[in-house]
Amino acid sequence: MSELLKTKLHAKHQALGAKMVPFAGYDMPVQYPMGVMKEHLHTREKAGLFDVSHMGQCFIFADDGTFETAARALETLVPADIQSLKPGQQRYSQFLNDEGGILDDLMISRLGFEGHTHKLYLVVNAGCKADDFMHLATYMPPGITIDVADDTLSLIALQGPKAVDVLSQFNPAVRDLTFMNSIDIPLTPTIWCHVSRSGYTGEDGYEISVKHDDVQTLTDMLLAHEDVEMIGLGARDSLRLEAGLCLYGHDIDTGVSPIEAGLFWSIQKHRRSANAGYKGAARVAADIADKSTKRLVGIQPEGRAPAREHTEIQDLDGNTIGEITSGGFGPTAGGPVAMGYVARKFTKAGTPIQLIVRGKPRAAKVVKMPFAPHKYYRG
Amino acid sequence: MSVYFTEDHEWIKVDGDTGTVGISPYAAKQLGDVVYVELPEIGREVGKGDEAAVVESVKAASEVYAPVGGEVTEVNQTLEDAPETVNASADGDGWFLKMKIADASELESLMDEAKYKEYCDGL
Repeated sequence: MSELLKTKLHAKHQALGAKMVPFAGYDMPVQYPMGVMKEHLHTREKAGLFDVSHMGQCFIFADDGTFETAARALETLVPADIQSLKPGQQRYSQFLNDEGGILDDLMISRLGFEGHTHKLYLVVNAGCKADDFMHLATYMPPGITIDVADDTLSLIALQGPKAVDVLSQFNPAVRDLTFMNSIDIPLTPTIWCHVSRSGYTGEDGYEISVKHDDVQTLTDMLLAHEDVEMIGLGARDSLRLEAGLCLYGHDIDTGVSPIEAGLFWSIQKHRRSANAGYKGAARVAADIADKSTKRLVGIQPEGRAPAREHTEIQDLDGNTIGEITSGGFGPTAGGPVAMGYVARKFTKAGTPIQLIVRGKPRAAKVVKMPFAPHKYYRG
Repeated sequence: MSVYFTEDHEWIKVDGDTGTVGISPYAAKQLGDVVYVELPEIGREVGKGDEAAVVESVKAASEVYAPVGGEVTEVNQTLEDAPETVNASADGDGWFLKMKIADASELESLMDEAKYKEYCDGL
């Protein structure tokens, strides 16, 4: 077995008493002494700080120095419209294979800093990053540079209603930043960061890309605020599930298209045709037209019993109609929450279904997501 | 009244031929916040090591095994509405079930409190 990798905050996690677990090749904190439940609620009520440095970060830019060339190149691999990104703007998208299956989901930003607005900045999942970087290296045309930043940059996320008050003490410019926009600013006179108003908890908050050498200092400064607590992967998972956000390898993978996964919203209008010019476009267009494909839906089990991943979903007659892909207890929802794929005629909110938990059918229904309202700051 | 422990961190308090079963404070702490407990039907016969109940935290579900064989005579209804009692009082109010012990000699293979403490220290 190969040695687990460590983020630059590894010693900090240990010093805080975190329970460490292997995750995507890294030794990561699953929870701190506070526990998953309290960490989750703290993030929803105040501000949680997450070490997400295991995620992959890279920059893509064209030798000709234009944004358009880099954007056009990336648009061959993702459904999202990249060319229309304004400086500082960020979009969620997916890498698709030729069959339209999802290779990974990712965040794509156009840098907003003067002199760098021709560059794209990508954040990809830890578990997929090696394959993603290989995918980019394989398919980016000559004249495009892929600059992987894992050796230089850490990534932390500050999430929750107090995130804005905490971070604006370091630089008031973050206050007016709106959801899915980013800026490059100093948070101290010497620590420059790429700060985006985004995250994966459903809360208002920020993701902060910072040099490896500065991440410990910045983390200590943020943790010094009484409203900020370090939050582990356990609560990160329950937060994103309540927010109705997909987790790669669970809710999405190469077996599903973005349309089946309910990610239609992430594909801008003129990118929905079979000849949109990206890998998998034909499948995306076909799935938009085909009203029979399965769909990812929110599922609310009745009672208190959580329905976990791989739980069988049946109609009321006992026929298998799908499977839970993420499920657990939602601390904010105050009960079990889940998402899973069901055959198309069962996708309507309110549709009664049953879940086979430990061999016994349990009542549940299809519901609209999210389970906890999104609190994004849109200005 | 004597108390015995299993390697899976269940405890059984024995009073005559009645055993009260729960999970140890060590196990409760490892599980984290308990959000759901599934209890067996009264009258169910369980063998030593059979799944007798299920305890779920935010992240995962775990089985609770019968430390010895017997018939379930009572379950702790409190846990259905207040599963957090398991965290608050794993070795007291957070008990799971009572059983009529079928064969008291099965208790001999379990650990006493001192041995169990030693066992946990070694984990």
